Amino acid sequence: MSVTQSSSHSAPSTVSPGLAVEMTALRRTYGTVNALDGLDLHLDPGEMVVLLGPSGCGKTTALRILAGLERQDAGTISVGGRDLTHVPANKRDMGMVFQAYSLFPHLTVLDNVAFGLKLRGRSRKDRRQRAGDMLDLVGLGEQKARYAHQLSGGQQQRVALARALAIEPAVLLLDEPLSALDAKVRVQLRDEIRRVQSDVGTTTLFVTHDQEEALAIADRVGVMNSGRLDQIAPPAELYSSPATRFVGEFVGLSNRIPAQVDGETAVVLDARLPVLPGSAAGAGLALVRPESVSVEPDEHGHATVVSVAFLGPVSRATLTLDDGTLVMAQLASAAAGGLVVGGRVRLRITPSPVLVVGA
Amino acid sequence: MTITAPLAAAAPDSDPGRGRRLSVGPSLGLLPFLVFIGIFLVIPTVTVIVGAFQSEAGGFSLEKVRALGEETPLRALRESLVLSFTSALVGAVLGALLAYLVVTAPPTSILRRAVTSICGVLAQFGGVTLAFAWIATLGFSGLLTDLMADTFGTDPNGSSWLYELPGLILVYSYFQIPLMVIVFLPALEGLRPQWREAAVNLGATTRQYWLQVAFPLLRPAFLGSALLLFANAFAAYATAAALVSQGAPITPLLIRSALTSEIVLGQANFGFALALEMIVVVAIVMGLYAWLLRRTSRWLG
Amino acid sequence: MIGAWVWRVSRWLLLLAFAAFFLLPLVALLDFSTTIPRTGERTGAAWQSLLEDPQMTQAIKTSLLLALFTVIGMVVLLVPTMIWVKLRVPRASRLVEFLCLLPLTIPALVVVVGIKNVYAWVTYLIGDSALTLTFIYVVLVLPYAYRSIDAALSSIDAGTLSEAARSLGAGWFTVITRVITPNIWPGVLGGAFISVALVLGEYTVSSLLNYETLPVVIVLLSKSDAPQSMAASLASILFAAALLVVLSFLDRRRRTTVRK
Repeated sequence: MSVTQSSSHSAPSTVSPGLAVEMTALRRTYGTVNALDGLDLHLDPGEMVVLLGPSGCGKTTALRILAGLERQDAGTISVGGRDLTHVPANKRDMGMVFQAYSLFPHLTVLDNVAFGLKLRGRSRKDRRQRAGDMLDLVGLGEQKARYAHQLSGGQQQRVALARALAIEPAVLLLDEPLSALDAKVRVQLRDEIRRVQSDVGTTTLFVTHDQEEALAIADRVGVMNSGRLDQIAPPAELYSSPATRFVGEFVGLSNRIPAQVDGETAVVLDARLPVLPGSAAGAGLALVRPESVSVEPDEHGHATVVSVAFLGPVSRATLTLDDGTLVMAQLASAAAGGLVVGGRVRLRITPSPVLVVGA
Repeated sequence: MTITAPLAAAAPDSDPGRGRRLSVGPSLGLLPFLVFIGIFLVIPTVTVIVGAFQSEAGGFSLEKVRALGEETPLRALRESLVLSFTSALVGAVLGALLAYLVVTAPPTSILRRAVTSICGVLAQFGGVTLAFAWIATLGFSGLLTDLMADTFGTDPNGSSWLYELPGLILVYSYFQIPLMVIVFLPALEGLRPQWREAAVNLGATTRQYWLQVAFPLLRPAFLGSALLLFANAFAAYATAAALVSQGAPITPLLIRSALTSEIVLGQANFGFALALEMIVVVAIVMGLYAWLLRRTSRWLG
Repeated sequence: MIGAWVWRVSRWLLLLAFAAFFLLPLVALLDFSTTIPRTGERTGAAWQSLLEDPQMTQAIKTSLLLALFTVIGMVVLLVPTMIWVKLRVPRASRLVEFLCLLPLTIPALVVVVGIKNVYAWVTYLIGDSALTLTFIYVVLVLPYAYRSIDAALSSIDAGTLSEAARSLGAGWFTVITRVITPNIWPGVLGGAFISVALVLGEYTVSSLLNYETLPVVIVLLSKSDAPQSMAASLASILFAAALLVVLSFLDRRRRTTVRK
């Protein structure tokens, strides 16, 4: 098995090769709701996969079933070739980080991290050593003797991460670990989680509803929609080549511009663009990113400027086509200076492949 | 000046002089409340404390406090402590059990609402009526008395132990268990499911979860609640008074004797000393309770 | 799987045992109050006399009036004070909380022992009536009313509400009566309900000061007419239960509206 994932960092002695995870045809219904509708998911050894989707799409259910905290109605789970389908949660060796408040409040930070080691009958000296190492890894080596209520939300989640990793889990599970934190800490901690994960090389499943978070840290992102996986791909591919309408609309902002598909290409605003697999035939709507739309003032253009919002280095212009369609364009702020509200403009679309969906 | 600054800020464009006046003015709004509490709570309490250290002539004297060490008040105190301790222990253990049975039902279930409502009535309404409920059950021609006399041939005149310490423990448990449910339920509800899941994830069995996580977490709340029950039983009067019409086996009933017959142990106003004793015991217990409560609210809040 | 089944069965068995323990004495009250001593025949005489015996009806009237006056006294004393502390004198909040919870540490029995001098003045100034018990009862219900109102008060942003009202031209009286109080009404109502239940069951103070409230008369009558005092006991427990059940529904409505 390869350990290349972690070779570039000054990795501690805790690097594990990581195990492959195989979830097959998982089903779970709550009453009449299909939380999981035949989910297949594969994680490569040492890989970090992020499950992304709106609330109620089944992503948390998938994670909790993998952890053994919830039972599947049908389907199988194996980790590193070992069948875990009917193994109880406390025998699965999964380290889990919860949304918030999962530290045991009656134990110090060090004892929290050592908890799983104690259950495994490790010696006291051993436990303290290992727990201390893990706390150093997440940058909290100085806070060993504190209690959870004395830590900030971000620090608590770091301790939770150290606790989950201390037991050298087969798989690391993170259930929206950043959702209870404020924006600045969230970005900082998400990079931290990524760093630690690649240091230790543990196969990781991360669940979130925040697409920016998902795109930033994942090796691959799986977009879930009503209990199924719509698409799983590296972040860049997911963004540039959405496989379904849901993925195109959920990940990033998209304009919906009338288009006419003709075989392998489509005509969108006078431009002829290649279409992505899965596109509809005939008349439809092309999903076009705002940054793929460029704007220039033109008396004889086919659109009118409605408003221009300054966002720092870039600006976002809202325009109406003559047929009434609203289009957003993202452009360098320097270029946006030439746009006047009410002025006529011409739009151009970057000739990259687009997904065309039924109107 | 730093103290008055927030008040000045609350009243826009006020000159410094006005700011200073405001800092005294609002406090006057508390006067009616403070006067009322002063008259009806503080003065009686001070009367008791001062009275306990006064001789008949009015001078300072330890006579009455020393009389607390005589046999009758000492025995009453001992019985009171035994009664409070036993009923608190029974109430705490069974009440915690009942609270757990209730908390495992969904919050909106009828069971949960029914139990909390009934517990509210029995714990707070209390007193005389509960004593009569047990007299109707185990007293002369009571429901259970007749039933047991018919089936097992026990004494048809009822259980005389009902009017003694064992009976008091039984009847006190009848309001102690519900009180425990009410004060302990929030602590059980504060036990987050994440803790269980985190423990299980780290490899804990159900037993290990209870021993290493849940019990240590609930211990302060449990002890605190038990202390509250103890104070509640020690200060209770009505139930015992309705049940025991003659004699004074416990401190509250000895206070009744001191009040109604004026002279107990040859001492006028001995009631003051007994009441002081009661304040001291309850204050110690409630102090411990407040201390434990502060600790758990940090954990389970 | 078997473990879960065992747990379900034992859970219900335990609940049944608790139900038996708590309901049996109440059933016994009902049985006793509807039975003619000696003969064992059924009769509703004891229950009927609750409404006919002049001593009993007078006691019921006294207790209900006391409950009413106590609630009024509690609201008038506590609500403006608590709002005032919250808005204008926050540094006194610990003091007020301490004083309000003090009756939990100073039992009613102690207050009775020490209140003789105060009551000499009360009866001298406003006459000797059972209704003078109101003063002590307001003190006794303070901890429960305080908690209920405090919970309601901390759930709203009283500071902002009062600033908004004052910027629109309201005086402090208007702020307290027309702006804050309506918003903490559920808490006040909750405190009132508990106060009523406590006053209706109060025996310590009234018996030792020799006023004939309902519980005192129940004890007096038990010597001469046991079934009647049993009937009165059960009736008052049921009345208090009805009050608290209504309260629990109010409480639930408040919670659901807050959550939205």
